[in-house]
Amino acid sequence: MNGAGANAAEGLTALPRAVGSAGFRTLLAKEVLRFWKVSFQTVAAPVLTGVLYLLVFGHVLEDRVEVFPGVGYTAFLIPGLVAMSLLQNAFANSSSSLIQSKITGNLVFVLLPPISNREFFLAYVTAAVVRGLVVGIGVFAVTVWFAPPPLKAPLWIAVFAVLGAALLGVLGLIAGIVSDKFDQLAAFQNFVIMPATFLSGVFYSVHGLPPFWQAVSHLNPFFYLIDGFRHGFFAVSDASPWLSLAIVLAALAAASAVALSMLARGYKIRN
Amino acid sequence: MPDIAAIEVTELVKRYPRVTALDGVSLRVEQGEFFGLLGPNGAGKTTLISIVAGLARASSGRATVMGRDVVADYRAARSRIGVVPQELVFDPFFTVRETLRFQSGYFGLRRNDDWIDEVMANLDLTAKAQANMRTLSGGMKRRVLVAQALVHRPPVIVLDEPTAGVDVELRQGLWAFIRRLNREGHTIVLTTHYLEEAQQLCGRIGMLKGGRLIALDRTQALLQRLADVQVRLRLRGTLPPALRGRAIEQGDGRVKLRVAAAADVEGVLAACREAGAAIDEVEVGHADLEDVFMQLMAGDRQRVAA
Repeated sequence: MNGAGANAAEGLTALPRAVGSAGFRTLLAKEVLRFWKVSFQTVAAPVLTGVLYLLVFGHVLEDRVEVFPGVGYTAFLIPGLVAMSLLQNAFANSSSSLIQSKITGNLVFVLLPPISNREFFLAYVTAAVVRGLVVGIGVFAVTVWFAPPPLKAPLWIAVFAVLGAALLGVLGLIAGIVSDKFDQLAAFQNFVIMPATFLSGVFYSVHGLPPFWQAVSHLNPFFYLIDGFRHGFFAVSDASPWLSLAIVLAALAAASAVALSMLARGYKIRN
Repeated sequence: MPDIAAIEVTELVKRYPRVTALDGVSLRVEQGEFFGLLGPNGAGKTTLISIVAGLARASSGRATVMGRDVVADYRAARSRIGVVPQELVFDPFFTVRETLRFQSGYFGLRRNDDWIDEVMANLDLTAKAQANMRTLSGGMKRRVLVAQALVHRPPVIVLDEPTAGVDVELRQGLWAFIRRLNREGHTIVLTTHYLEEAQQLCGRIGMLKGGRLIALDRTQALLQRLADVQVRLRLRGTLPPALRGRAIEQGDGRVKLRVAAAADVEGVLAACREAGAAIDEVEVGHADLEDVFMQLMAGDRQRVAA
């Protein structure tokens, strides 16, 4: 692999080859160790947040809302909270790591070595998936005691957890590349990622919404992430998991193509 | 492979939206050289280094490291060059050893601790191996930057202003180590504001100004461009008009004059006496690189081919 130039189109198909490289593995290890060293902030804090949501909303709404027949509200809420924490932390990992390295200037340590764009991309996204899964599992492990949800199709849970974290990891990478300052990144997080995850059916089933808002929800790719993820628990969902899978894969491919093409052009990173 | 240049740039141009940082620079650094790249701030030194190191892309032109194109064959090119960046950057999450291990891994070196230990010993970092980067002084952080540039034993080492803000002791130690690497066959490229350092260390020097190479020659040859002998005077009264053409620097009662040979010093002193200017101090010496630099930067656009 003495990569003679890397363009985005070739990038997507050639991703698997990058996994074997020492550059990828080292950068992945560095990225995982980076968040693990501050796990109180990167893991424990989001787990606590998830638990607080559950305690407050679960307590208030448990007796008033039945989303799916025979499923209590707290049990319904747990997979949604797990998914939301997982997605938000995957985004936070790649975006904040990249922008910190850009602003402090230590990104140069990764740009000087012979690391390809694909390896760079994969390392940041994989680390984001690891962080998302660690936080997601943490939230689940703490909340599951309140109202254990069934695990009817665990494979779907795993598929949507990994793909969702990967999608948000890629979006975080893009946000980190594009942003020059922390407040630009914060805007991306607060005005795009937060509303999209909040309005994707974490706290409710979109079936309960008026038709117009149902239609709007169906345009939000995060809705399919949460819906597919929840399907793995209850085997009941608003959309077919296969449709959700197709939409999530398409969103992931599109976002990855954008990120790889930015990296191939050196956009804001090697200019 | 003596015919393969350590670094070669050809008609390198870098345009930013508002400024042209490099305006057609061609330059060849031979293997084993200790090469100095000088110029005022904004001359394009760091841009040139960034393109060679793959940190920035040229608008046009081409750059190679040990014959490998920095874009088309970037893996080979980057594994052959080590760069000490100008800014004092570090990753606050890690210790010195972790930093150096990660840096080795990025270059595909898994078990590199023997070399890491050797580099740390040479840079007096051994005692700080387990210290977090955040806790290090500026000078120590600078040493780690040097160590990071060396983890993959690159044949070409580029140091961009490595001694800015570094204490004398470290500077001496650093140069002793870099000189040793040069003797062992590494090519060294140095940018610095300390012209004295460049004069002492560099066999050949290129000077950039406004994105153009305005001088490129052996250090000795550059020094000989100015008259070999200089007279520095402290005067009360004005410099006689006959001597004004010889002045290199003037101001605050002090003048620096160029003379063709030591014997001419007498004539200079006589001219001052006759003009009624009292001489408080006389110093006879040789031109240094700073004089050459000042003269070149002052505006005469003599472009010199190597």
